[in-house]
Amino acid sequence: MIEIKDLTVKYVGKNKETLVLDKLNIKMNAGDLYTFIGPSGCGKSTFLYVLSGILKDYTGNVTIDGRAINPKAQRIGLILQNYGLLPWKNVYHNTMLGLKIKKDRQGLNEYNRYILKQLGIDNLLDRYPKQLSGGQQQRVAIARAFILKPDLLLMDEPFSALDAITREEMQDLFLKIWKQNSVTTVFITHSVDEALYLGRKIVVFSSSPGRILEVVDNPCFQLDNLRSRDEYYDMSMKLRRILNKRSSIEQAIEKL
Amino acid sequence: MIKVLSKESWRGALYSLVVVIVLWYVVAGILKIPIIPSPIAVFFNIVQIFKTKIEIHVLYSFGRILEGIAISILVGVPLGFLMGYFNKVDKLLSPLVYFTYPVPKIALLPVIMLLFGLGEASKLIMIVLIIVFQIIITSRDAVKAIPEETFRSLESLGASKRQIFTEIIVPASLSEVLTATRLALGTAVSILFFTETFGTEYGMGYFIMDSWMRVNYLDMYSGIVMLSFMGFCIFTAIDIAENYICSWR
Repeated sequence: MIEIKDLTVKYVGKNKETLVLDKLNIKMNAGDLYTFIGPSGCGKSTFLYVLSGILKDYTGNVTIDGRAINPKAQRIGLILQNYGLLPWKNVYHNTMLGLKIKKDRQGLNEYNRYILKQLGIDNLLDRYPKQLSGGQQQRVAIARAFILKPDLLLMDEPFSALDAITREEMQDLFLKIWKQNSVTTVFITHSVDEALYLGRKIVVFSSSPGRILEVVDNPCFQLDNLRSRDEYYDMSMKLRRILNKRSSIEQAIEKL
Repeated sequence: MIKVLSKESWRGALYSLVVVIVLWYVVAGILKIPIIPSPIAVFFNIVQIFKTKIEIHVLYSFGRILEGIAISILVGVPLGFLMGYFNKVDKLLSPLVYFTYPVPKIALLPVIMLLFGLGEASKLIMIVLIIVFQIIITSRDAVKAIPEETFRSLESLGASKRQIFTEIIVPASLSEVLTATRLALGTAVSILFFTETFGTEYGMGYFIMDSWMRVNYLDMYSGIVMLSFMGFCIFTAIDIAENYICSWR
């Protein structure tokens, strides 16, 4: 269980101080897939950096199972927008990188082989990132995260750079693999469709400074033929209303 | 598959070598003066006198250059890495490096000689001074060029400082360091030649100047050809190393 109390992050620039995240409070259950949706620049990535132990300069309390964030002790899988692959390692070594850093045993055991096969990169093991397409690089990054067997999976708009068809394939593939492990996941997106398709719970962010507007239970989660259902349309409208409500209030306030 | 120096560059090198030798042969044939002997005669001379006269000088020169490269890398690379990774170190040392970098090191020769004498030490120091600045700046810039996200991925995995060093910093900057060494090599060999014209009886510089003074032009040309060949060999060796280590590019 991840508990976040009054998380505040300020960015200290040359002349002024910007509030990036403003008193975030949320409890996330273990094994759930949370999608975070919000407009660009609302601090979603900053939120991920705090959760992954990269950003330590914050006020408030962030704990995983009661303990402070410690990337050395906890297994955190982070998938960034630019994949974060090491260009000097081939696909095999990149996927094994998580295990290597944790000093676990690397190798093509049954589970690892399954992940690589599911993601369709088992025949690309000798290639270097430079020789891969964007979609393939993304799959390598995902493979690395899953092979690590993390306690917490953090994904920063991982499919945003892919074309629409590849994106939907990746969403299905991701869900399929995720169901095997049910690892606590924080999935950042700016697409309402993606948030509905993947999230068991949807967290709506406001625009800068980032605040949590609402946490919505998603009845559409894991329904088949989701996109042609009424529930999908209803939830879509509901989410958009929440997203727009705050921005119109803010605009009204600004006019005063 | 590891491609060791593409076929094109080998053909290119061979081609330019043939052109130079042919031009040399033609000029020597036209002028027919002792100052420009025919390349054939020079090659025969090298084969004849190599074991007895040239070999020891080649070994001395080769040793000095390799020592210079080794010390420059051992000093320059860690310094460059520290400057690249830690901003504070960079702010402290960068001005120093940039200020001393444009100074022609050869102008410091009298100072070096006064401080360290005419022996091996001053020769080595001159060579190192030439190469080390290139290496410091290149390794520093190579570290700075590594994108933030690369570090972040490993930090979130809980990598130790040492793992960040071996997994990111070293592989990322290795090829840049080799390129810098190759670039500095040309100047280093010239400085080597110059420092070997005094205070020593061994070295290609000594051999060439000595043959010149004894008016043995055949030996002199033999020395020049051998020195060039030596430089070419080191250059190629670094190229091969870079191709092998950095096959991911």
